[in-house]
Amino acid sequence: MTLEWRNASKAYGKKRAVNDFSLEVPKGELLVLVGPSGCGKTTSLRMINRLVDPSSGKILVDGRDVSEIPVTELRRHIGYVIQQVGLFPHMNVAENIGAVPRLLKWNKVKIQARVRELLDLVGLPADDYSEAWPAHLSGGEAQRVGVARALAADPPILLMDEPFGAVDPLTREVLQREFLRIRSTLKKTVVFVTHDLDEAIRLGDCIAVMNGGRLVAAAAPGELLLNANPFIRDFTGEDRALRRLARLSVGDTIGQTTPIAPGGYGDSGTPTGLIRTDATLKEALSLMLEAGESSLNAVSPSGRHMGKLTMENLLENAAGIGVS
Amino acid sequence: MRRWIGLFVYLVVLVAFFIPSILEPVLQFFFPGANEWIFPRESLIKLTTEHLLLSLLAGAVAAVIGMGLGIAATRRAGRPFLTLIRDVSSLAQTMPPAAVLALAIPFLGFGFKPVLLALVCYSTLPVLNNTLAAIENLPRPVLEAARGIGMSRLQVLLQIELPLALPVIGTGIRICVVINVGTATIGALAGAGGLGSVIVAGLTRNNPAWVFQGAIASASLALMLNSLLLAAEHGLQPAILRNHIDGNSALSA
Ligand SMILES: Nc1ncnc2c1ncn2[C@@H]1O[C@H](COP(=O)(O)OP(=O)(O)O)[C@@H](O)[C@H]1O
Ligand SMILES: [Mg+2]
Repeated sequence: MTLEWRNASKAYGKKRAVNDFSLEVPKGELLVLVGPSGCGKTTSLRMINRLVDPSSGKILVDGRDVSEIPVTELRRHIGYVIQQVGLFPHMNVAENIGAVPRLLKWNKVKIQARVRELLDLVGLPADDYSEAWPAHLSGGEAQRVGVARALAADPPILLMDEPFGAVDPLTREVLQREFLRIRSTLKKTVVFVTHDLDEAIRLGDCIAVMNGGRLVAAAAPGELLLNANPFIRDFTGEDRALRRLARLSVGDTIGQTTPIAPGGYGDSGTPTGLIRTDATLKEALSLMLEAGESSLNAVSPSGRHMGKLTMENLLENAAGIGVS
Repeated sequence: MRRWIGLFVYLVVLVAFFIPSILEPVLQFFFPGANEWIFPRESLIKLTTEHLLLSLLAGAVAAVIGMGLGIAATRRAGRPFLTLIRDVSSLAQTMPPAAVLALAIPFLGFGFKPVLLALVCYSTLPVLNNTLAAIENLPRPVLEAARGIGMSRLQVLLQIELPLALPVIGTGIRICVVINVGTATIGALAGAGGLGSVIVAGLTRNNPAWVFQGAIASASLALMLNSLLLAAEHGLQPAILRNHIDGNSALSA
């Protein structure tokens, strides 16, 4: 389903939490809302499932104004995940996940099967977790259950408000990776709020940067890191070139350059360092710096020699000359 | 377990009081100077039953009013009245029950009704306060999630707020009933019977043995109801909270 904010504003007294916000999310895309704390991300997000009503402007889901859809009906078809998870403490994991299907009056057998399927999807063995109490889960486990609860009725839209903001960095990375995996299997339209730029770059098809209730820019991650707007440059930081490199893999870059002719490596001699094609260009740069060389041999995970990666390749990609 | 032993002890004391052949020698031992030991006008069983019914009825009425007001005041439409409701019920509790009784008798006559009114006024506050506190202190993210997944306001109340608040509300109801058992002794002043009649008769006839049996019977009744309701409260806890409390005897004492 497509999603759209059309001139949406929200005022609390004199303060404008969101100011004339307009943006469209195509079907199946993941939009990340990013920006400093208090810039209006949560308010914009909550307009979609009507936990906040805009003071002016409107929100369209598949072209329909959400204010015309009965509110419980709307929410039962939009998955919602929040940072503090908000599992129901008096219900076990299976009952939490089955909450929306129960509201939709699915039969017991169907709910039970769906709960198992979802626990499997989020990587929690159903036999161990179905009957666990929320109070006994770790932060990471609780958020997996939170995601499963949001996905239970297979909603076409998923709203996530800093879902991985409260877990430790290691767990966060695991959850991000698994979220990407889950997303690639279920093509849903997702709006994801974070204040963490790295997370935004990692997950987003499109990143919308907000400041003071307004949309500053919306672009694909690669383009955003090249944006000349002073606020965006400041927000992306001096190491944005490294962030760009971190998004690209050695394999993709090698693919664009001419494969090496059998028998010779050209003028820079035979590099001694190796880099796997599934590594990022940022890791390649680090290896080059460490080895004091300006090129590396790229090898596939199975050990096959795939080509040569040079410092020139890195410079081009960091400056955004090659692909975006 | 300890709870059941306590309950058993209070029950034994109370039942022993109902058997004159046991009660009389005890009273004779403690009050050798009295000329009459067992209250002659009514049996202790009948007075205790009256007392119990009066207290439980007042408790039930107070529970319904307290919970109803507490729930109403925490709904969106009721919020503006929250302070007013709190103030009125605090005022009701600060009025001495005997004064309420004296004021009510001209309108309601003697007997059961004015006593019920005085007890309800006096014991609604603990139920109301606990209901308000329990609902107000529910974790925000849980309520936000409940609304966010598409529960109606009534579903949030019935499926989330009340089950989570019930243990604390239960404590308020228990306190309310125990207060009522103690306060119901004023029933004697309006001719509504109960254990107060024994105590009042003992005071006017200067017979400490009567005061003693009325007071002990009423205290045993209060303690017994307290134990019973504590057990019921325990049963109200959602399973998960119950597990926690079982692991922590300080809380279950
Ligand atoms: N219910 C509310 N009442 C008053 N002000 C609010 C309310 N919700 C949000 N705000 C204000 O609106 C601004 C944006 O809030 P929010 O959308 O939560 O920001 P973010 O999620 O980007 O941190 C903040 O300044 C916040 O204080
Ligand atoms: Mg926020």
